[in-house]
Amino acid sequence: MSLLLKNISLPLAHFALEVDVEMPKRVTAVFGPSGAGKTSLLDLIAGLRSPRSAFIQLNGDVLTDTAKKFSVATHRRGIGYVPQDLALFPHLSVRQNLFYGRKSRENAGMLFSFEHVIKVLEIEPLTSRGVTELSGGEKQRVALARALLASPRLLLLDEPLASLDEPLKEKIIPYLIRIRDEFQIPMLCVTHDRFVALTLADEIVVLMGGKVMQTGPVSEVFTRPANAEVAKFAGVETLQPGKITSVADGLATVNVGSVTLTALAPATASRDVFVCIRGEEVILQRDAAIASSVRNRLSARVLSLRPEGALVRVELDAGFPLFALVTRPACAELELREGATVIALIKAPAIHLVPR
Amino acid sequence: MTAVEWQIVGFTVWVAALSTLAILPIGLALAWALARGNWPGKSVVETLVTLPLVMPPVATGLILLTIFGRHGVGGFLQDTFNFKIIFTWRAVLLALSVMSLPLLVRSARTAFEEVNPRLEQIARTLGAGGWRVFFTITIPLAARGIVGGMLLAFARALGEFGATIMVAGYMPGKTATISLAIFEDVQDFQDTKAYHLLGVSVALAFIAVWTSEFFLRRKKPT
Repeated sequence: MSLLLKNISLPLAHFALEVDVEMPKRVTAVFGPSGAGKTSLLDLIAGLRSPRSAFIQLNGDVLTDTAKKFSVATHRRGIGYVPQDLALFPHLSVRQNLFYGRKSRENAGMLFSFEHVIKVLEIEPLTSRGVTELSGGEKQRVALARALLASPRLLLLDEPLASLDEPLKEKIIPYLIRIRDEFQIPMLCVTHDRFVALTLADEIVVLMGGKVMQTGPVSEVFTRPANAEVAKFAGVETLQPGKITSVADGLATVNVGSVTLTALAPATASRDVFVCIRGEEVILQRDAAIASSVRNRLSARVLSLRPEGALVRVELDAGFPLFALVTRPACAELELREGATVIALIKAPAIHLVPR
Repeated sequence: MTAVEWQIVGFTVWVAALSTLAILPIGLALAWALARGNWPGKSVVETLVTLPLVMPPVATGLILLTIFGRHGVGGFLQDTFNFKIIFTWRAVLLALSVMSLPLLVRSARTAFEEVNPRLEQIARTLGAGGWRVFFTITIPLAARGIVGGMLLAFARALGEFGATIMVAGYMPGKTATISLAIFEDVQDFQDTKAYHLLGVSVALAFIAVWTSEFFLRRKKPT
């Protein structure tokens, strides 16, 4: 996929959506908090909203060019759209819903066969039902299948898991992955869920307050957030203000709270930084005597423990508030409980300094 | 009930039904434009459409008489195509249509407004053009309100008097509807005839309003 969004400007209620970004990867996630303008961006790409200005190009075909007053009608764009509320047609059966887009494209050549889509999404037993008789997860799969059966050249997904509860999310994710891999279809997925972005996307565009904050490969955005806002939102657990006191040999010494940390020196000259540490990067141990290569060894007190699925989020006082994510067995083995003292180990490269 | 009375009932039902069908295309177009669009002059059109509902029907009739009379469009139509409107059954149709249009538009408009625009938008992303979306998504989802509005319009047309008497007059066998006949019968001291027609009109109105209530009642949330 090559989706080019240039010079996009769309006034929204509280801010303007202003985007200039190229999406060269097959699966891109637009990642940002609710109300960042993500859905409006999808609407623009699908041709459902008129922007103040925009140049939108998909695989070389111009879809919108306000400078030339040119816009391809929504139904001729060949862009599938699964909205957050799924928008299944309530007066039609599941089968009629599935065939709705199929009829429109009868002459345009089918990309995906009905049987294939039905099989991949496992909706064969649902086809004779009414839409209102479906569960949340079933509705999701039907909406995905309906969009695919119209043979789109780009699939837009708006918060694909937002309407589902936690156990259902885990059931739907594999279907999304299957769609991505089986049909090799370009996808643009809007989400505020870090998990979805990490699982599905090759590349992430971080959208906040209508502006693109950062673009890059998944790992980079989550480990090297461009600024404090992105860091906070992208789920970097620890985010504390610090001050760089010295830089030597590419390593920076930073004062945070009452302790001093060693981190990789940032590219910028700013001394005032946010110190970002992901919970997964923090290692906890009981015995202080073990020697290791880890630069930062902090004596910390456990403030609270909060189970999160297979993991436990440990809140620590290490001279500054620090969060660690450990597995449940590890938590039991270390006999972690409130008030316990542990050693927190953080490798220098795991500490990300963002200028503030 | 005499043969003449049955003829009057038959004519009334027929012309009322015809007027309901006649206003359907323009009524739905207006309702849709008012529900979805945001265009200059919308409030003026909105008011004009509702006007016949609140104006004295006789006044509406006089306006129609002026427009379609000898010195208006009617004169031209009669001279050019020998097409007579005033004081024919066509005038009855015209009066009933104008008087019942607001009821259809108001019900259909509410029904259109209740259709989630997101469904129409997603239908478009599935490759459906404007007309296909309108006929396969919008109309079916608004069907209850539209049918309810049609029945109300039909009921209104059945009982129309003021505008009809102005443009069509009372001509037994030609333009006489139930309401006109009741009025004339009472004038002529033919009370029995009037009561026959009264019974019929009450029954017809009851059925029409009762069924329209059924359709206009909000669907239970599923």
